[in-house]
Amino acid sequence: MQTSREDYKKMVKKATPPSAHVQHWILSFLVGGAICALGQGIRLLCEAQKVDEETIRIIVPCALVALSALLTALGLFDKIGKFAGAGSAVPITGFANSIVSSAMEHRCEGLVLGVGANMFKLAGPVLAYGTAVCTIYGLLYLIFQ
Amino acid sequence: MPTMTQPIQRLAPGVIKCAAFVLGQAAVGGRQEAQGPLGPKFAETFGRAELGEDCWEMAETHLQQAAMRHALRAANRRAADLHFGGDLLNQCSATNFTMREMQFPVAGLYSACATFAESLALAALAAASGAAECVSACVSSHFCAAEKQFRFPLEYGGQPTPASQRTATAAGAVILGPEGSSGHAKITHAIFGRVVDMGIKDANEMGAAMAPAALDTLKRFLDATHTMPGDYDMILTGDLGAVGSALLLKLARRELGLELSGVHRDCGMLLYHAGEQDVGVGGSGAGCSAAVVCAEILPALQSGSLRAVLLLGTGALLSAISPLQGETIPAICHGVRLTRA
Repeated sequence: MQTSREDYKKMVKKATPPSAHVQHWILSFLVGGAICALGQGIRLLCEAQKVDEETIRIIVPCALVALSALLTALGLFDKIGKFAGAGSAVPITGFANSIVSSAMEHRCEGLVLGVGANMFKLAGPVLAYGTAVCTIYGLLYLIFQ
Repeated sequence: MPTMTQPIQRLAPGVIKCAAFVLGQAAVGGRQEAQGPLGPKFAETFGRAELGEDCWEMAETHLQQAAMRHALRAANRRAADLHFGGDLLNQCSATNFTMREMQFPVAGLYSACATFAESLALAALAAASGAAECVSACVSSHFCAAEKQFRFPLEYGGQPTPASQRTATAAGAVILGPEGSSGHAKITHAIFGRVVDMGIKDANEMGAAMAPAALDTLKRFLDATHTMPGDYDMILTGDLGAVGSALLLKLARRELGLELSGVHRDCGMLLYHAGEQDVGVGGSGAGCSAAVVCAEILPALQSGSLRAVLLLGTGALLSAISPLQGETIPAICHGVRLTRA
């Protein structure tokens, strides 16, 4: 080929349709915001029922995780994710979806080496580096508090 | 009057003249493929992605079995001497599980989305050489099985990138023999590709990775046969999609001074209704070109509405881990020239 790799890279960039960034930002803001508002709604509902603060902090994320898992199992979450992008992936809902969808995908390989071994395939990096960052943060807090 | 076998002739490295006849073919597809423009031309379509199986891998096997059954029936044969098959699954599972049932002597192939053209090229050589009296070729892909193996779980809520293509849930099977009569479709040339890598790194830019491979094989074939694009009714690439097709046309102008826009078609853009169906920049997957050729191109050659077609199947030869290891995407393009006998 006479065309150099650099020239070809430029041709490819020109031929590839751009991501609809602005549309994605707006949709992820709206859907992400709606999920947070839902969490806040659950909190207000608990407060109205005089649930103590400690329990509310458990109930709100658990409710969102359960809802996200249910929508994943019903085959609806991927459609929301396609539309909302980071809006549904970044909150705790995305974390739940990544675990449940991986578990579903590998269920036909058995409960141990299928579901068990694969369910954290996508969530694993978040857990590993999340734990690492928390440990560093905890140490810094201990030293400088 | 039956046309007799011509000897196999080497025209250039990897470009081989031969004569093999298509005795029968069949394409099967999933729901999205049935809703596409070729829907009515499939021998069988399946509404549910599971096809009644427990896992996606066996669903793809089911696709191959159905395509083979229909193709053998169309060719009025019960068995083949030799089978060339392939798919996108690890260890060519769908092919091997299909042949576990059928018990034909088999060679399993992998050239990603170029596997169908590769299987046709090898099957044509086997038939034309007299190595086999009846040769079958069958290739498949399944959207869900491919997503599981190469991308994310099906229910994972991610967003596809703008240049991504949809892996077709489809299979195509062809039965070839050394002898045929006028009205049969015929393979006159087999072309094997070289691995071409222009440094594309993003696994979502398959079309861009494969277009230079298509150009390389096209140039080698035109040079070896002393033909021009105008000598063909259609130069059909196997799933470059909209982005890769645009790049191929540009490269052909720039490198070879050839205008392909009138004669070029792409299987990835023929399988679905562009714009209406949610398939990104077009279809892909080994089953895509298999389905388009078996459902549309071979019948058009048999009916006489097409006379000479150059099929250039393109494949991106990345593995699920090679992009993570920093490797660029190598690509290949195998081809066959199809005519009406």
